[in-house]
Amino acid sequence: MCMGVTLLCLGSIIYFITSRGFRVLSWGFLTQAPYAAMTKGGIAPVIVGTLYITLGAIIIALPLGLACAVYLCEYSPKSFVVNIIRISINNLAGVPSVVFGLFGLAVFVKFFGFGVSILSGSLTLGILALPMIISSAQEALLAVPQSIREASLSLGATKWETIRSIVLPTALPGILTGVILSIGRIAGETAPILFTAAAFYTRGYPKSIFSEVMALPYHIYALMTEGAHPEQQRMIAYGCSMVLLFMVLMISGIAIFLRQRQRSLHG
Amino acid sequence: MDNQVKMRAENVDFFYGKTQALKNVNLDVYAHKVTAMIGPSGCGKSTFIRLFNRMNELVPHTVLSGRIFLDDLEINSRLVDAVDIRRRVGMVFQKPNPFPKSIFENISYGLKVNGIKDRDFIEQKVEDSLKKAAIWGEVKDRLKDSALRLSGGQQQRLCIARCLAVETEVILFDEPCASLDPISTAKIEELILELKKDYSIVIVTHNMQQAARVSDYTGFFLLGELVEFGKTQEIFTAPRDKKTEAYITGRFG
Repeated sequence: MCMGVTLLCLGSIIYFITSRGFRVLSWGFLTQAPYAAMTKGGIAPVIVGTLYITLGAIIIALPLGLACAVYLCEYSPKSFVVNIIRISINNLAGVPSVVFGLFGLAVFVKFFGFGVSILSGSLTLGILALPMIISSAQEALLAVPQSIREASLSLGATKWETIRSIVLPTALPGILTGVILSIGRIAGETAPILFTAAAFYTRGYPKSIFSEVMALPYHIYALMTEGAHPEQQRMIAYGCSMVLLFMVLMISGIAIFLRQRQRSLHG
Repeated sequence: MDNQVKMRAENVDFFYGKTQALKNVNLDVYAHKVTAMIGPSGCGKSTFIRLFNRMNELVPHTVLSGRIFLDDLEINSRLVDAVDIRRRVGMVFQKPNPFPKSIFENISYGLKVNGIKDRDFIEQKVEDSLKKAAIWGEVKDRLKDSALRLSGGQQQRLCIARCLAVETEVILFDEPCASLDPISTAKIEELILELKKDYSIVIVTHNMQQAARVSDYTGFFLLGELVEFGKTQEIFTAPRDKKTEAYITGRFG
């Protein structure tokens, strides 16, 4: 029953988005820049913009999140302060994404003066991804059996050698799964980039990390709410939705594939 | 110098939180002998040998008092680095715990963390260690395979080889055959007798026949106390303590 409802929901989303999106989809749609007030051409710079912002966010969030998880799992004594940190991480995960957007505007765009740019957007999305990455990395680290940590230490390895050579490689697939899933999440986020990175239209491709960019989720929003040709724009919006949907599904697919492969290796 | 003391525990008390696990234990481990620790579950024998390579430090809220020596070095002194002790006192654990890496990497890891980089030396050492642990014949053609694909008995011998590669002076065996079948157990017992030439060995075991077969000295633990310690032959034929006699004749435990 539950499965039926779930499949029905997913199926109908894919059906409606694909059936409408397919009409505009073509090779040109994926490889050309838009022109004629968004009613002609493709969405290539938009896809590239999404990739840049997402990649930037992961480059920022992954080292931070991993370091944080390693500290919490392997080093920190179980103390009051650590509990506060854990609670903060959980709360951070519960903050609505539009709040992150406003935070990004206030801190990165204005205070640090990065302007509306890839950098600001990546930083904002990075903070959004941080709690997801920390908690999945923590889970992966906790799943590493204590016995192989002891084995490593008993051979005269230091704590850091044990973490670097034994614990992290063992936890890596779990960590990667978490990272990929959070990529899927942040690639589709609209609110955090609304004020920090996205523009309705830029000429050509972004030139530096300080450029404004077009990004898929915001592009869909903009096509549906702005512009002078709502009819043609709506079709393009469906096309964008389809591309975004399949990007995210593909990313999740990779995560599932990695997890399965790991299970069969350790099975 | 027949009975040279290799490790010595002096007035050792050990606590997990408020629970006292060891009460005033005094015991000598002799060089090039096998010392067995026997006793019922929860008597503190595993806790005791984990003090010899400072493994209990990994367990939070534990307190140790008393002194433990390796030769003349007091190993639980604050001035001594646990890493240095573990490079001299190796350990084989109850459950085989190979790293989820290849067979080769399992052995070479210990060498690498000990600062050895010479490829040829490492390869030679891996081969030697696997030979000494009587597993070379079974794995020599698949050194690149995951160690997790080996059987339980093979994994345990791999863990012994891993320990041998770092050339410690003492090896602690914590119930090494607990999860193994009789044939694998026999192989490991044979190995222990072989290793006596080069190492001082401490073995914790539930199995009294095993203690009788492999050890030169035996200590009997009960409720955190070392009830009796002496030559294995004497402990098993003429125990001085009533409780030891009751245990080895199978009246409890």
